[in-house]
Amino acid sequence: MRIKFLVLSFVLCVLPFRFVFGQPISSEALIKNALEYDGKTVVYEGEIIGDIMKRGPYAWINVKEGKSAIGIWIHRSLLQDVVYTGSYKSRGDTVEVTGIFHRACPEHGGDLDIHAKALSVTSRGRTVTESINLDKRKMAIILLGALCLVWILSLFIRK
Amino acid sequence: MILKPRLQDVQVIGYYLGKIIMGIALAMLVPIGTGLFFAETNPVLDFVIAIEVTLLVGLLLTRICFTTRDLNWMEGMIVVSLSWLAAMFLGAIPLALSHHWHSYLDACFDAMSGFATTGLALVQDLDHLSYTHNIWRHLMMFIGGQGIVIVALSFFVKSYSGAFRMYVGEARDERILPNVIYTARFLWLVSIVYLILGTLALGSAGFLGGMKPAHAFFHGACIFMAAFDTGGFAPQSQNILFYHNFSLELVTMVIMILGALNFKLHYQLWTGNRKEIIKNIETLTFLVTVMFSFLIIGIGLNQSGAYPEVSIFFRKGFYQLISGHTGTGYQTIYASQFMSDWSPLALVGLMGAMSLGGAVSSTTGAIKMLRVGVIFKVFLEDIKRIILPERAVVVQKLHHIKDMFLEDKLARSALLITLAYLALYGFGALMGMVLGYPLLDSLFESISAAANVGLSCGLTQADMPPLLKITYIFQMWAGRLEFMSVFTLIGFFVAAVKGR
Repeated sequence: MRIKFLVLSFVLCVLPFRFVFGQPISSEALIKNALEYDGKTVVYEGEIIGDIMKRGPYAWINVKEGKSAIGIWIHRSLLQDVVYTGSYKSRGDTVEVTGIFHRACPEHGGDLDIHAKALSVTSRGRTVTESINLDKRKMAIILLGALCLVWILSLFIRK
Repeated sequence: MILKPRLQDVQVIGYYLGKIIMGIALAMLVPIGTGLFFAETNPVLDFVIAIEVTLLVGLLLTRICFTTRDLNWMEGMIVVSLSWLAAMFLGAIPLALSHHWHSYLDACFDAMSGFATTGLALVQDLDHLSYTHNIWRHLMMFIGGQGIVIVALSFFVKSYSGAFRMYVGEARDERILPNVIYTARFLWLVSIVYLILGTLALGSAGFLGGMKPAHAFFHGACIFMAAFDTGGFAPQSQNILFYHNFSLELVTMVIMILGALNFKLHYQLWTGNRKEIIKNIETLTFLVTVMFSFLIIGIGLNQSGAYPEVSIFFRKGFYQLISGHTGTGYQTIYASQFMSDWSPLALVGLMGAMSLGGAVSSTTGAIKMLRVGVIFKVFLEDIKRIILPERAVVVQKLHHIKDMFLEDKLARSALLITLAYLALYGFGALMGMVLGYPLLDSLFESISAAANVGLSCGLTQADMPPLLKITYIFQMWAGRLEFMSVFTLIGFFVAAVKGR
């Protein structure tokens, strides 16, 4: 009975606490309330976009959530699981980053960034295969015909 | 009595407009080449459609309106103002086809922002945009910075007097070389030499900062085009903050300043007259206004305590100042941070710098340094007149490439254009407030649009009211052309309706 009570107390006290601080925060909330989160450990989730920019044993990645992306300063060893980064031809891996948030990072010239302590891939990205848009192709052919017609007609009119 | 425009006027306007539209079509070959290189099929199709529509319009105009008559002043001005509108409507076609813009109006907004070298953007999911569309966004800035008409002058127009009238209509009243077509070619030579050097410098900075070589140099070329032409577009949604790279920021600062210098000054420097840079009224005024606005921003940022360390204060405060003053609009902070981290005083300092701009005959917008310098000299002259005896002859001189006397005509023109800009800033701010935005936000964004800067405090978004988008498009257009050709176009339409 006593053990059950202790377990229940633990669940009631600790889980809500984890829920509040373990829940990923949106980029908009982080940027808007930067002062409030400054220096605190946050969880942030989003798609890796652009290049992984290696700087010695560390690297910069940019993780996009919603309309904005935030720079993550991370040890390269934590990036081993990352395969895809977002671009026109690929959807980047979705990652969950746990790290310290800085409103104006003193180490990186005042950038708003997160210094990652942990990173996990929550959803694998993919290569985007492009299929030709047939409507666009049709439109291009029709316009080419119209262009040739106008050009030929203009030659006759000139004569 | 207002005279109704004759059919011949419309014909000559249509003919030259058609030629300029052909020039725009020619420019679209660059993104097509890029798309083929990166094997991006649908984006290439977007540009094939756009180039066909553009050629069709250009061909119809040049054939239907064919004439051998030369342009007069009014027609030259109208051709210029219509060319910029045509460039916006046609340049927006491939953007709208990509589905990265919510509507054709949004695509037009970005096209005008690109051609007018503003940098405000409504693009969605920029981080997944193709290379093809990205190069076009930056190329629009490169073309717009030199002047859309300059493109046509360099390749299509053979008539010297008509060319000069269009050249002036595009807010360039100074000829570098006696022949305006040679001047246009010189502008291209300067820009292409700097493009190669700038791309190498920025690409190397990106590569050393950990980017893949191909990406680094592609981004380098894009950033150069937008920085030298004081535009402000970037290939990623975080703008320059994406790179987390101090050396890249330094290189962009140098390029932005180079872009804000008068092309005539570039010519003097190229021909060995290096002393001109320290004697010229524009560079001296620029130095003074940068220092003064930096002082205000410094006090303002100190009040808010946003950047307590000197290095951070320089990297954030000074960078945004140079970006704003040169009319570029590159940001190393998020748009909303202007409102959350910067005090109102710091914002006033930045808005002041934004409203002034760079040199005349450069790629910047806004009031411009020569006019600020002239107005300062006018005040100095008037103060001297009050202090000195009545019989004393007060003569004020200034140095701009050569020594010249401060004449009433020059002072009047500087004051008129300055007043027109102030009215345009006020108009945009008023529209923002009418549509429910706060004063400071509205004023900031209005100055940014009208002065072709591109810094944003977060107001410019795809969900802002369409009326505000149209207001900013008008501001970007009128601000870039420095009013005269826009007023002439309005007058032309009034004459067409009311004239006899």
